[in-house]
Amino acid sequence: MDKTKEEQLDNQQNKPLKEPTIWEEKGISRRDFIKFCTAMSAALALPVTFAPKIAQALDEIKRPTLVWLEFQDCAGNTEALLRATTPDVATLILDILSLDYHETIMAAAGHQAEEALNGVLRDQKGKYICVVEGSIPLRDDGIYCCIGGKSALSIAREVCGNAFATIAVGTCASYGGIPAAAPNPTGAVGVKDAVPGATVINLPGCPLNPDNLTATIVHYLTFGKLPETDSHGRPLFAYGKRIHDACERRSHFDAGQYVEIWGDSAHRNGHCLYKMGCKGPETYHNCPTQRYNMKTSWPVASGHGCVGCSEPNFWDTMSPFYKRLPNVPGFGIESTADKIGAGLAVATAAALTAHGVISAVKKDKDTDEKMEN
Amino acid sequence: MGKLVSKYIWESPVRITHWVNFLSILTLSATGIYIGSPKTLALTPSQYIMGWVRFVHFVAAYAFTISVLSRIYWAFAGNEYANWRSLVPYLYKEGRRNMKETFLFYTFFKSKPPHSLGHNAMAGTAYLSVFLLYIVMIFTGFALYSEHAPHSLVRTLFGWQFSLFSNQGMRLTHHCVMWLLLVFAIQHVYSAWLMEVTEKNGVISSIFGGYKSAPTKE
Repeated sequence: MDKTKEEQLDNQQNKPLKEPTIWEEKGISRRDFIKFCTAMSAALALPVTFAPKIAQALDEIKRPTLVWLEFQDCAGNTEALLRATTPDVATLILDILSLDYHETIMAAAGHQAEEALNGVLRDQKGKYICVVEGSIPLRDDGIYCCIGGKSALSIAREVCGNAFATIAVGTCASYGGIPAAAPNPTGAVGVKDAVPGATVINLPGCPLNPDNLTATIVHYLTFGKLPETDSHGRPLFAYGKRIHDACERRSHFDAGQYVEIWGDSAHRNGHCLYKMGCKGPETYHNCPTQRYNMKTSWPVASGHGCVGCSEPNFWDTMSPFYKRLPNVPGFGIESTADKIGAGLAVATAAALTAHGVISAVKKDKDTDEKMEN
Repeated sequence: MGKLVSKYIWESPVRITHWVNFLSILTLSATGIYIGSPKTLALTPSQYIMGWVRFVHFVAAYAFTISVLSRIYWAFAGNEYANWRSLVPYLYKEGRRNMKETFLFYTFFKSKPPHSLGHNAMAGTAYLSVFLLYIVMIFTGFALYSEHAPHSLVRTLFGWQFSLFSNQGMRLTHHCVMWLLLVFAIQHVYSAWLMEVTEKNGVISSIFGGYKSAPTKE
């Protein structure tokens, strides 16, 4: 109750000083807005002194257009977006951005929807931002994913190729993801591989963390350019640090306290999931700090190891998900590298012992022969 | 056979790098097996057992790397017994003959190995493979080490391997090569013993003192 009063008071105090901003018109208090700007500067790993600059940029927003394309996907990133941490503000960002096309949440359908997209391509060439969710199949001329009679590839070429920038959300759009897992029947690839000429920033994850999408857009609105990226095209503010180094279970790793079996006392006490195949030591994402769903949790906090969903080809290269080491190819599925290695060592020792025995017997014989001579 | 004399074969860099390799490989294998498959040894999270084991692994890795680089340098700067040519006997005629005779000795067709002051031909061939395995271990090891610092110099120097291996494949390789080197170590000790008793040239003590007994005419 007090807080509401305070916010009202806040709004009243602001009114005489300044015209109501677009934010206030939408029912967001100045206080919440500044809190959002501070959270965004934190998410972008900027010093807190940038918050006013972000606030200024968002106040002066000029409605850049956003189109959201879906290809071979499960709409999981759309779902994640609709559950964004600060739904008021994040949804507003998208309102402000003028989300002109999004197959899942737009009201228009059929030719009307197509016309909305064509309108953007016609009027906003080189200015709009394109968000892509899902991978793009290349095999057999891309017939495995068609929308409105056009293949995903031709849509992506046209829409991403003419955009100011393309944001690939989720691992499928970034690197092909699950549809691209071996044997990749549809020849699925990420946006950058499908349209090499486009300006693409990747926000992988399964799903992506919508906070990172909001932060990327805020970065663009504040600085007029996309954030700096790593060698996999991922923004450093979100993917620059290793999961292992920010993990809340890290002290148990360094101490030497490991979960051995699901549900054992170590698991119940929140010890390290390293032996359960956690890929945190080789994956980069801000999951431990940014978390999902109103900053509630993330996989490792809930007791499941990281599967490396934000890394290229994770389905093939991070498996087996529940073991530290993959099996040695060509041996039975139960043969670990250690069993084979130890077996080889024993076999060598046995062979050399046999060789030694034969040498000794032979030498005795030689000596006897010499003595006889 | 004439009188035997003591001959200086293994110069100190050869012996020192040999023993640094020996100690660091043992340390790296023991700590590496723990890192790959740790047991819960700590009672409280304030302990630092895995932390120390990894620290020892990394220090030993640096010692090993420096030792291997020094030995590679000495293969060009050292005496004829340390020279790289003794690792590739199949490139010249005498080496090929030695290889054949040593092989016949190992397979019991001959009772005496050919006399050699430095490495015997088969051993030299094996050491070249072992050095290649060392290089694989150093490269994959530093690439895995660099994962903690994705924007560092180490990552720039060794990270390119992640386009050859998946991360899991790299760790599997690092693991399997360790076993190959341990298998080599078993064979190495056995062969040294075999040469010691058949050739009676003091090969085992030579890696401590550097001297082998040699016939006067040779």
